[in-house]
Amino acid sequence: MKRRPWFLFTTLVFGFAFFYVPILSMIVYSFNESRLATVWGGFSTKWYVSLLSNRQVGAALMLSLQIAVISASVATILGTMAGIALARYTRFKGRLLFSGLVTAPLVMPEVITGISALMLFILMADWIGWPGQRGFTTITLAHITFSMVFVTTIVQARMMQADRAIEEAAMDLGSRPWQVLWDITLPTIFPAILSGWLLAFTISLDDVVITSFTTGPGNTTLPLLIWSKVKLGVTPDINALATLTVLVVGTGVVIAGILLNRAEARRIRDERMAYRSHD
Amino acid sequence: MPASPAPFLRIEGVSKNFGTFQAVRDVSLTIDRGEIFALLGGSGCGKTTLLRMLAGFEDPSAGRIFLDGQDMTGVPPWERPVHMMFQSYALFPHMTVEKNVGYGLKHDAMSAAERADRVRAMLDLVQLAPFAQRKPHQISGGQRQRVALARALARQPKLLLLDEPLAALDKKLREQTQFELMSIQERTGVTFIVVTHDQEEAMTLADRIAVMDRGQVQQIGPPAEVYEHPATRFVANFLGSITQFPATVTAVSGPRARLTVPAFGTEVETIALPGLAPGESLTLGLRPEKVALHRDRPDGPNVISGEVKDLAYFGKDSLYRITLPGGSLMAVHAVNARRDGEARPDWYDRVWLSFEPASAILLRD
Ligand SMILES: Nc1ncnc2c1ncn2[C@@H]1O[C@H](COP(=O)(O)OP(=O)(O)OP(=O)(O)O)[C@@H](O)[C@H]1O
Ligand SMILES: [Mg+2]
Repeated sequence: MKRRPWFLFTTLVFGFAFFYVPILSMIVYSFNESRLATVWGGFSTKWYVSLLSNRQVGAALMLSLQIAVISASVATILGTMAGIALARYTRFKGRLLFSGLVTAPLVMPEVITGISALMLFILMADWIGWPGQRGFTTITLAHITFSMVFVTTIVQARMMQADRAIEEAAMDLGSRPWQVLWDITLPTIFPAILSGWLLAFTISLDDVVITSFTTGPGNTTLPLLIWSKVKLGVTPDINALATLTVLVVGTGVVIAGILLNRAEARRIRDERMAYRSHD
Repeated sequence: MPASPAPFLRIEGVSKNFGTFQAVRDVSLTIDRGEIFALLGGSGCGKTTLLRMLAGFEDPSAGRIFLDGQDMTGVPPWERPVHMMFQSYALFPHMTVEKNVGYGLKHDAMSAAERADRVRAMLDLVQLAPFAQRKPHQISGGQRQRVALARALARQPKLLLLDEPLAALDKKLREQTQFELMSIQERTGVTFIVVTHDQEEAMTLADRIAVMDRGQVQQIGPPAEVYEHPATRFVANFLGSITQFPATVTAVSGPRARLTVPAFGTEVETIALPGLAPGESLTLGLRPEKVALHRDRPDGPNVISGEVKDLAYFGKDSLYRITLPGGSLMAVHAVNARRDGEARPDWYDRVWLSFEPASAILLRD
């Protein structure tokens, strides 16, 4: 006899509802004919059309995408290097400090990260005259520092599972360490690197807090634009914009998850095969 | 084996410490060109560690390694003419069989055509040509083992290190692969060092065996010498089976010695060890197949009475456990040369055991 796990089931339903009903209602109201956010006036895609012709939104989107691509790419390079170092060199001096420093931003409130980045930029402007104006560069730098941590964590976890003997085999066959990195290590951890990039990209794309601390006049990213518009009241075009954002971010997260899962499944299958002997 | 003037590989007093733990202790040995040399020992005795020092993955804490006259100290793995076949095979999962085998060749100055030829020749050698385009996870365990071998041989190393090369294979495939390995070694002429914890494998494959225990080499020699003339009690026990009895020397005359063995209830005659003196205590060992079993008391020296305590009939032979006059047990292996059951001793039968003076193994502690 199997008892219905009704308690678990209800919790699950409420949990999902709590999380997804607001998003769903936002998506539904983005197709609302009426200008009033709370009154249903019939189905329409006019807000999406007006969005497309909105220059302000277009510029903000472009800025956000540029920042996200650049910061995700730089964060991926730096984060991968840190992840490999942490996984491989287990006994260098100050490793504990280094790994602490790398992972602390994971739990640091974003406000703190934002303020400290702002302080740094102000001090630097005082001492060396750079950055004269905050904007694209400062936002990108701040995004790099905090999204890098996620890449590091993902890459480090993957490296921990990697078979050290494979790298030794390549070295044994005549490859120097940097060739081994290029030929063997990077290809085997590539799915982790890619999902790290996607994660960094989505994190940068929807960040409000850190961006608002490090931005300057005239540099409005998409999340900042939405934020400032919402302060004047929720309008259907914001709903449409947010719906599109959810779509893009959701897709990124799902792809990252699939990549990691598939790599994990392949690794398990390989291991199982390795212990199976002849047909 | 005659010592050649300049050995191909010389390991000189090599030790390896991990913190306070000494994994390899003061190992010295020489290996000749074209030899198959086996490192045999139980789990954790330091075989892999010694191999990793030869490949350059670990630096010896003490001692030196010379290969072909060249001191290997400080030479990194990628510059050593030594290749290793890993216990886990360590194939590159993202490359095809062909790319795996050809990987090391990219460091050698050769044209693309030469490289392709070499890869094909290697795949033919291990009979894997039809699988060239498969990935490692698409072939069987035995096939992977051969890819690993082909990859390690492709650059024509001077020395090939094989760490438990057959451990992952089942028994039947293992036996078949042992002979394949030997024939490949013969055709390529590469010097092999094979690590194994399987004594039969070591005896089948190797020209010479080094038996290791807790980081130390206990004995080095051809299989027959190590088996018939074990130097220590550990070696005697590790290779084959043996029954050991405490004994005391009573007389030595020329090459012969007489000993009292309390377990036998009688004196026995053996070949003397060098420098043996009356009164000395030592261990006398007898391998089960060196003892003859009789129903009637035979003539000659070294006859012991006993009673069958246990027997296992295997068809072509039987294993007996005989209770001796002193109460201890001795294992005896008898070939079933005759078909009639009457000839074979049965449970609780009174029997006689005898052995040649040269068959007893004397071991000093
Ligand atoms: N990197 C290391 N750090 C500390 N101890 C180690 C290290 N590598 C090996 N050891 C220890 O050294 C000893 C010898 O290890 P080794 O791998 O050489 O054994 P082995 O003879 O190959 O055993 P097996 O047959 O199980 O493979 C073991 O006790 C092991 O725990
Ligand atoms: Mg080992």
